[in-house]
Amino acid sequence: MTRKMTGAKMIVQALIDQGVDTVFGYPGGAVLPIYDEVFQQNSIKHVLVRHEQGAVHAAEGYARSTGKPGVVLVTSGPGATNAVTGLTDALLDSIPLVVLTGQVPTFMIGSDAFQEADTVGITRPCTKHNWLVKDTDKLGGVLHEAFHVATSGRPGPVLVDIPKDVQFATGTYTPKKPSTSHYQPPVKGDMEEITELVSAIENAKRPVFYTGGGVINSGPAASQLLRELVDGTGFPITSTLMGLGAYPASGDKWLGMLGMHGLYEANMAMHDCDLMINIGARFDDRITGVVDMFSPKSKKAHIDIDPSSINKIIRVDIPIVGDVGHVLEDLLKVWKSRGRKTNSEAVGKWWKQIEQWRAVDCLKFEQSGKIIKPQYALSRLEALTKKYNRYITTEVGQHQMWAAQYLGFEDPNRWMTSGGLGTMGYGFPASIGVQMAHPDALVINVAGEASWLMNMQEMGTAMQYGLPVKQFILNNERLGMVRQWQELLHGERYSQSWSESLPDFVKLAEAFGAKGIICSDPDDLDDAIMEMLEYDGPVIFDCLVEKHENCFPMIPSGKAHNDMMLAGVDTQGVIDAKGSVLV
Amino acid sequence: MSALKIKKGSNSHSAYNLRPNFSDVIERHTLAVLVENEPGVLARVIGLFSGRGYNIDSLTVAEVDHTGHLSRITIVTSGTPQVIEQIKAQLGRIVPVHEVHDLTVEGPSVERELAMFKVNGTGDKRVEALRLADIFRANVVDSTLETFVFEITGAPDKIDAFADLMRPLGLTDVARTGVAALSRGN
Ligand SMILES: Cc1cc2nc3c(=O)[nH]c(=O)nc-3n(C[C@H](O)[C@H](O)[C@H](O)COP(=O)(O)OP(=O)(O)OC[C@H]3O[C@@H](n4cnc5c(N)ncnc54)[C@H](O)[C@@H]3O)c2cc1C
Ligand SMILES: Cc1ncc(C[n+]2csc(CCOP(=O)(O)OP(=O)(O)O)c2C)c(N)n1
Repeated sequence: MTRKMTGAKMIVQALIDQGVDTVFGYPGGAVLPIYDEVFQQNSIKHVLVRHEQGAVHAAEGYARSTGKPGVVLVTSGPGATNAVTGLTDALLDSIPLVVLTGQVPTFMIGSDAFQEADTVGITRPCTKHNWLVKDTDKLGGVLHEAFHVATSGRPGPVLVDIPKDVQFATGTYTPKKPSTSHYQPPVKGDMEEITELVSAIENAKRPVFYTGGGVINSGPAASQLLRELVDGTGFPITSTLMGLGAYPASGDKWLGMLGMHGLYEANMAMHDCDLMINIGARFDDRITGVVDMFSPKSKKAHIDIDPSSINKIIRVDIPIVGDVGHVLEDLLKVWKSRGRKTNSEAVGKWWKQIEQWRAVDCLKFEQSGKIIKPQYALSRLEALTKKYNRYITTEVGQHQMWAAQYLGFEDPNRWMTSGGLGTMGYGFPASIGVQMAHPDALVINVAGEASWLMNMQEMGTAMQYGLPVKQFILNNERLGMVRQWQELLHGERYSQSWSESLPDFVKLAEAFGAKGIICSDPDDLDDAIMEMLEYDGPVIFDCLVEKHENCFPMIPSGKAHNDMMLAGVDTQGVIDAKGSVLV
Repeated sequence: MSALKIKKGSNSHSAYNLRPNFSDVIERHTLAVLVENEPGVLARVIGLFSGRGYNIDSLTVAEVDHTGHLSRITIVTSGTPQVIEQIKAQLGRIVPVHEVHDLTVEGPSVERELAMFKVNGTGDKRVEALRLADIFRANVVDSTLETFVFEITGAPDKIDAFADLMRPLGLTDVARTGVAALSRGN
């Protein structure tokens, strides 16, 4: 069945056909025909953000917490350029997004028209793919293909740039149908390689699972298979920042996060293992540290849907290209059919070694005196919110790392953070996107005061849509992570790392009609958190914390995994000249 | 398992060289990339090379299948085996890329380039230029009393050699197309 309609109507129709229920956007001249169609329908909710960057991060939060693509609609020129940070963020973290931008009419492209920007040119390196549609007849097909590309293989953001005359013109709508495009990344892994991994699992003496965001990308079924594999083999498991929740934090095989600010036991296990099984992680530099010293004695397997992730940074012995869910299913089948074997005696010894590392208790801290330690604030938040149907987003900095260390995630899709790009200003709009998708859940953004200010305008959005997002700000009046690096690397010369002239966050909340809570006394903290949880509406929680706390453990730049700094050590001179050029 | 031949949609990865050797030796590879002939596709390929710091020694592009909307990009690049494998994998993940072939490892192949040389000279030099052109099977496509324009086709090193010989004889301008390459046999 072919149908004639305007381009603008096609856009709304395509979104409906793709099952989209929420769009985050901001209008402008070049998208007015689309907004006119949005006005005349009730199938799709449109969330009016206060800045286009907010729209993209909100869509990321929506996507990561639902597994569905996030959708954004913005205007040409400044609307599109404001979306660039969010697109780059989504590209680095493999978040599926479909971003629609308006463009000046086709006959004015290239003339420096009002609000013209070369959007496909600007966003080519920060999207998985993008399109400029110059023909209304092609619009429907491109939009469906956009959803296909965003969600297939390694997910990522795509952008469709639509000139205004294409929106006005009438054309034939191509309905949604199974994709016939040549872009069909394979999901099944090579059985020979999978079988080789099974043999390695059967023989390993000191194995470790190193899992990442790819498990989350693969969907909840992949997390279930991972749990079955971990519990079946009894091997220890660690995860990157992006993979938290795929395996439950309460599971006894769980070592905690690994990497630069990962747990001692996780990093030591990675360094000393004889079999490393990477499942959907990409050997990021926050994980490997100095590549030459990374886990020198291990055989390495890597399961990843993107061939370019394999051997990019670390040479692996057993490469498996495929989707985590599909590969784990085959892997479990083969392992079971061969009798579910492991070298349990050796693995038992390995666990004894791990227990000794665990006994170091690298996250211990002491809450004494009248100043709230950030670690204490997060431990209390964890204790008081654990039983809730809870989603956590974060900003970027020390608070983000402490959140990863002190909060426990039992399920996938519950933890939204900007890992690859490390975008300050991500967490607040992301919390809005999450709350839109899960209206009845408790959504908390763990923030630093500096990051939070970067997209604070979104208070208006939270209020307008009655989204009870809780902004839990660990306020150290410092760009804490920057201050920490200056302490370690730059002779305690704290150049520009103060948060001066901060607003009164309680008054700020009230100015928007929200609730503000301030807390500075550890003895009041529990009550204050309960007050936040009980309030039905957005809350800004200004938690005044210790100003000079450092985030440990830390693998200093230029050091190996078994060379970690723990709390209470001398911080001077630990990073040499070679390490200090690294970020 | 050496060459990367990405057939989108196939379930076999046997063509990926996921176990390359990791030597530090810089190798020169000729890649043939079959792409959807859509606007911006060349920018994507070039942007990949500049954005990730890979080398382009030569690049040619033209439509090769009008009905199928396919263009063939031939890229000569250089890098360590690990970098070459990355380049191929990164090319393979560009959405409009249909196939990537590494002609250097996929078996014997032929490479050709077309070049034009303008040589300005009189007397003995002019005669010598013509004599050498004959040896190299270069054709004269334009001549005036003082200049010749030679056209020569061949492997890149043959063209380099011709250029070296023409330089003392009054070479003023060179235009080269870059390498086109095909595998031999089936
Ligand atoms: C201040 C700061 C500090 C940080 N410190 C740390 C730290 O200490 N520890 C830490 O872990 N991180 C840390 N990070 C995050 C870090 O920068 C990276 O973002 C993170 O480590 C990458 O996680 P990942 O390897 O799981 O990869 P992701 O970015 O999640 O990539 C996923 C991988 O899985 C693959 N994939 C996707 N979908 C599938 C599928 N369906 N099947 C199979 N494979 C798939 C992709 O191709 C990709 O290779 C920090 C970030 C910041 C901002
Ligand atoms: C947009 C952006 N600009 C700069 C940085 C560099 N940066 C990383 S952490 C940080 C400080 C964050 O301070 P705050 O939000 O208060 O968190 P804290 O580290 O104090 O917990 C900065 C400036 C960044 N990650 N993102």
